[in-house]
Order: sequence, then C-alpha cells, then structure tokens
Amino acid sequence: MTLRLERVSHAYDGRPVLRDVDLELSEHRIGLIGANGSGKSTLARTLNGLVLPDSGRVLVDGLDTRRHAREIRRRVGFVFSDASAQIVMPTVAEDVAIGLRRSGLGAAEQRARVEAVLERHGLAGHRDHPAHLLSGGQRQMLALASVLVTEPEVLVCDEPTTLLDLRNTAVVAQALRELPQQVVLATHHLDTVSGFDRVLVMDDGRVVFDGAPADAVAHYTALMGVDAGAARPDGGAGSGPRRSGGGYRP
Amino acid sequence: MTMAALYVPARSRRAVLHRLPAGAKLLALLVAVCALVAAADTAVAPASAAAAALLHPLCGLGVRTALRTLRALAPFLAAIALFQWLAGDWQAAARVSGQLAAAALLAALVTASTRVSEMLDLFERLARPLARFGANPRRVALVLALTIRCIPLVASAWRASREAYIARGLRGRPDAMVVPVIVGMLRSADALGEALTARGID
Repeated sequence: MTLRLERVSHAYDGRPVLRDVDLELSEHRIGLIGANGSGKSTLARTLNGLVLPDSGRVLVDGLDTRRHAREIRRRVGFVFSDASAQIVMPTVAEDVAIGLRRSGLGAAEQRARVEAVLERHGLAGHRDHPAHLLSGGQRQMLALASVLVTEPEVLVCDEPTTLLDLRNTAVVAQALRELPQQVVLATHHLDTVSGFDRVLVMDDGRVVFDGAPADAVAHYTALMGVDAGAARPDGGAGSGPRRSGGGYRP
Repeated sequence: MTMAALYVPARSRRAVLHRLPAGAKLLALLVAVCALVAAADTAVAPASAAAAALLHPLCGLGVRTALRTLRALAPFLAAIALFQWLAGDWQAAARVSGQLAAAALLAALVTASTRVSEMLDLFERLARPLARFGANPRRVALVLALTIRCIPLVASAWRASREAYIARGLRGRPDAMVVPVIVGMLRSADALGEALTARGID
C-alpha cells in the first residue's frame, strides 16, 4: 500500500510540528526516528487520519484522510505508546473482540478470530483477565492484538516500546518484525529499526534524512551529538553526550 | 477499588449465575430491589443483605468478597445511617442501610457473573427503540462499557496522585490530590477518545 504525504504542514497552538513534508511510503518496513518534539508522532497520526494536516494532504492508497477517514482507519491500524489508554473493555478477550462489532462477521467467526489473535500474541491464557492488571509488556501485546484482529493492511506504531523494559521491548519488536502487514514504526529504540527497508530521521518538523537503517541511525546520533552506541538501548560502549560538534540538545 | 466491580470468570460448576442470560439477571435484580423497597421492613432489609452475601458462592465468589464489598461501602452506609437516625429513628437507619447494602451486593453479583460484552449486547437491544428518536444504540451501549472500564482508571489515577503526595512529603492537604486526579482523568479521557477513533469504535 502506498501512503503519500503532499506538502503536509501542521501546528499545535501556533507551534509548527510538521513543515511542508513530502513523502511516499510504500516499503514493507519503515522506521521514523527523531528527538522528542521532532514531529514523528504527528506524522504517524496523519497516516490514519487521527491528525488532519493544516495544509497539504495525506493519501492512503489514493484516499484522502480528510474525506475517507472511516475507510482509512479500517485499513490502517494504529498502536499507541501507552497501551493502557488504548484498552476499552475490562477483560482481554472483550477488548480484542470489540473492534469486530461492526465488522459484519458472524459471532462464530468473530470468536475464532479473537482466539487466533490471542493465541498468536501469547494472551490465550489471559482471555478473561482484567486488561488493566496485565504487565506492561502484555498490555502492549494486547494493544497490538486488538488492532491486528481487524486485519489492517498497514500498522502504524507510535513508540510502542517506550514504556517497556528491554525484554518486553525485544518481544514487541520481534512481534512487529514477524507481521505480514506493512509497518510504520516511530521509535526511540534504535535497535528496533535494524533490518527495516527504510528509516526516516525527523528534526524540527522536517524529514532530514531518508535511507538505510544504519545510515539513518548514524545521521540521527550525529544530529543529537551522542555516540551511536550510547544511543542504543543496550548502551554499547559509548561515552554519552559529546561536548563538541553539533552540540547536545536535551 | 476493592468492590466487585468487574467480571469474575466462572471457576467451578457451582457458578450457576454465569450460565444465566444477562437480561434475566438484570430483571431479577430490578424485581428484588423493587420488592425490598416496597417491603420497607426493618427486619427484612438487613436479612436481605445477609442473604445477598450468602448468594455469592453461586457465582464462584466467597462470602469474603461480599464482606470486602461491604467494607468499601461502609463509610457511605454509616453516613446515610447516621443521617437517617438523626432525621428519623434507628429503625429507618437500619432499614435504609440494609436496603442499600442488599442492593449493592446483588448488583455486584450481576457484574461479577456477566461479561461486559453481554451487557453491551443487552443494552444495545434495549436501546434500539431509541433509534427512532435519533439515539444511536451502539453509542448508548459503548458509554456503559466505558463507564465500567473507567473504574480502574479512576482508581489508578487516585493511587498515582496519592503516591506523589506522600513521596513529596506533603501532609494535611488531601485536597492537593484532587487536581492531579482530575487532570490525569482528563488526559486519560483524551487518550481513550483518540484510541476509540483510531480503532474505528465511534
């Protein structure tokens, strides 16, 4: 599926967060990296119409997000960084199932789909558990399962591993890698975009680099003025913020 | 929030209430509460509360769960009983607090033995006639589901605010916890609304 942004600009309370962004995204795995406030979350939100741009337009397979929001949301799933905020129903299976209520599928098929997606994401043993009592990693897997049960063609994830520990980050990253869907992943965990087809670096509302993961990570870490090793979740052998060059920007 | 506000999966064959349809349970609850109020009897009301507690094993819950529910309600029941005693007599206090305790315990039995999705289906069916007047039955049912979902959200916002209050060494200003809870709840509502939109549940 092709996602196209045409001269997209957006501002919150007069503060620009996207500036004239022109992009065409058709690769299977696309990463978005950048500092806090660089615009990657807003860009991700424009892809399923959660944010409508102030100017320019976003096209999902030729459909404008302004005019075809419902159809686009059916085809583009969205996973948030705070999985708790995404949980609508009290128990795990019910939360997964609610996304299918308007699908037009029969009750038996809905049940089968829910069971399959719970099984696939390691939640089958938790089907009747209160969703808010799951661990952070399980909650994020639930958020993923709740979106995937509707079988979207594209999955947009906005920092899905930000609130997770290293182990759960690895579990979620692995789950994302194995998905057959096209994935657009905005993240601060640079390891999770390794092996991606394309990674965009964002800064101050603009795409400042667009290329292979290793080059994008190198560009981003140079931009931030930190060692690439220190920026990775495993810490590497880096020495933290550099005191010269581009300067450290918190 | 220790009240039995959420569904408890059936763990044994004794959980007969789980097998009953949601409509039958809600109807039974309605009839029982109406009968309790109509009887207006000082002896019947506390006895009904005790009976409701003893019914808990029917949905696989121990009587202890009923006692926990009563403990959570105790401050409210005590305040209402005190008001009734001061405004009327001790019989009225015993009757009203007994009626309330019985109603709360019976309602807890219904919520503990009924999935929210079953409730959702039922309320959607019940709200269908309202569609003639422009109401959307799906939205009516969704509001109910979200109300139940928000119970743990409020509890968690309150817990976080209380922990921050204690961690900062604040004392004697419990009202200082209220604003962060409200702000937290508004943020949660915002995020929940965004998630509903993103999932196409609107």
